[in-house]
Amino acid sequence: MSAKQAIDLKKTAIDWLGITPFLLFAVMFLIAPTLYLVTGAFVNPAGEFTFENIAGLFTDKILASYWISIKVSLASSIGGALIGFALAWAVVLGGLPSWIRSSLLTFSGVASNFAGVPLAFAFLATLGRTGLVTMILNNWFGINLYATGFNLLSFVGLTLTYMYFQIPLMVLIITPALDGLKKEWREAAEILGATNGQYWTKVALPILFPSILGTTLLLFANAFGAIATAYSLTGSTFNIVPIQLYAQIRGDVLHNPNLGYALALGMIVITGISNLIYIWLRMRAERWQK
Amino acid sequence: MKTQKIGAWIAVLFGASYFIIPLIATFEFSLRMRRGEYSFDAYRSVFSDIQFRESFSYSIVMAVLTIIFGVLLVVPTAYWVRLRLPSMRPVVEFITLMPLVIPAIVIVFGYLRLYNSSSFIPFTGSARGTDLLLMFSFMTLSLPYMYRSVDTAMRTIDVGTLTEAAQSLGATWPTIMFKCIFPNVMSGVLSGAFITFAIVIGEFTMPSLLNRPAFGPYLQLIGANRAYEPPALAIIAFAITWGCMALLQLVSRFSKSAPSKP
Repeated sequence: MSAKQAIDLKKTAIDWLGITPFLLFAVMFLIAPTLYLVTGAFVNPAGEFTFENIAGLFTDKILASYWISIKVSLASSIGGALIGFALAWAVVLGGLPSWIRSSLLTFSGVASNFAGVPLAFAFLATLGRTGLVTMILNNWFGINLYATGFNLLSFVGLTLTYMYFQIPLMVLIITPALDGLKKEWREAAEILGATNGQYWTKVALPILFPSILGTTLLLFANAFGAIATAYSLTGSTFNIVPIQLYAQIRGDVLHNPNLGYALALGMIVITGISNLIYIWLRMRAERWQK
Repeated sequence: MKTQKIGAWIAVLFGASYFIIPLIATFEFSLRMRRGEYSFDAYRSVFSDIQFRESFSYSIVMAVLTIIFGVLLVVPTAYWVRLRLPSMRPVVEFITLMPLVIPAIVIVFGYLRLYNSSSFIPFTGSARGTDLLLMFSFMTLSLPYMYRSVDTAMRTIDVGTLTEAAQSLGATWPTIMFKCIFPNVMSGVLSGAFITFAIVIGEFTMPSLLNRPAFGPYLQLIGANRAYEPPALAIIAFAITWGCMALLQLVSRFSKSAPSKP
């Protein structure tokens, strides 16, 4: 080995030494724990390879909890995306005073981080049985909210609660995309005789579509993995997947640890797929933002 | 054009009521403790609760530790990747985004199985060990935000030239790191720190499953057992989040770097 090669080798070694702490951290606290659960999902208690745990997910009870989780995440992400888009559109293109835009963005930064247990408290105080809105509706308008079948501890209630952090997240991510719509595109469309509707359906929305769809998927994954809000809102009565997994971690309620790993694997697969599509769509969207 | 403006106002009014009504309702509810009149009794009750003080200070200490160790891990890594291993950037970036992909409850599930008292590295064997594991889990949670804000701040400085200049003046690696790089990415470090603080203070899943007396599990416990203290706590939590975000905005306004995208 020549002296130059030796120096090169030493340099490469130092290069890698520099990110060793980070790689070690990633392996110990992200990769190994995940791999442990993933492999655990494919073995039986005796340690033999099996698909039984995955098959075990397809029982009524577990499927039902995946289904309710997917429903809540889907409803809150689509609702959050629609309202968030409308808000972002209003402040970017609606011709409103600029202080509205800056206050909306600041507020969104706060509200998108205001999740978890306190959010559940806030909605209980708003739409719970003695919440302010429930009482105002009852006392002023004679509408007994809970007699109409509404319940905060239900699909609708949880969706409404989740939207409190979903809408701001949508606003934060989609506003830059709307800012990226160039004036020239609109002018070009108008010169060519396009109506406002044609501009939106033929130019603006196709450009924005990857961003909108991608962000919706991000919101979906965001809601799917969340547990604290639902847990303190409904206790363990509302069987979304994270709550079921929480109960399984605490006390092996499925009476099969490996089935618990499969439950976790199912969550990773669902959030993983939606995030991967999000990243892919985001790369597509960025082509227009150069 | 006119209809557009009306539509915009309707959207904003709807959004504003969706955001503000729950806050008003929460505040109103938190004042109802004394029968027949509004009072701040619920807040008094919260602040005089010894468990509140203990869990809150526990979470603050954890947040500060998480920020310190998180910064010490992220800044040198981001620096080194830019300086020496640009080819590794996509890999490192992907790893930092993993905590957004894998739900927190799944990550902590893995910890409990991997680091239990009968394992190779028995973190959960002792209270101090569990605290350490909890700090690492908070670092994991905040990694995406911390890395992105530091990396964004680093984009605006030329790390190569800075390093060469420092080296030719005879600076050692620690000097380069702490006297050259850190001051230059301070805005990113601070933004990351505030987001980390906001996340750690309210986090429920990880401390709850690791059985540590943090603020998040305390909130949940109070929520299950009391009526008027929970909304008071929600208002306090909202104020903390607001404070963190206000500081973050302040930092990004005073720094010359572009504001980081979420």
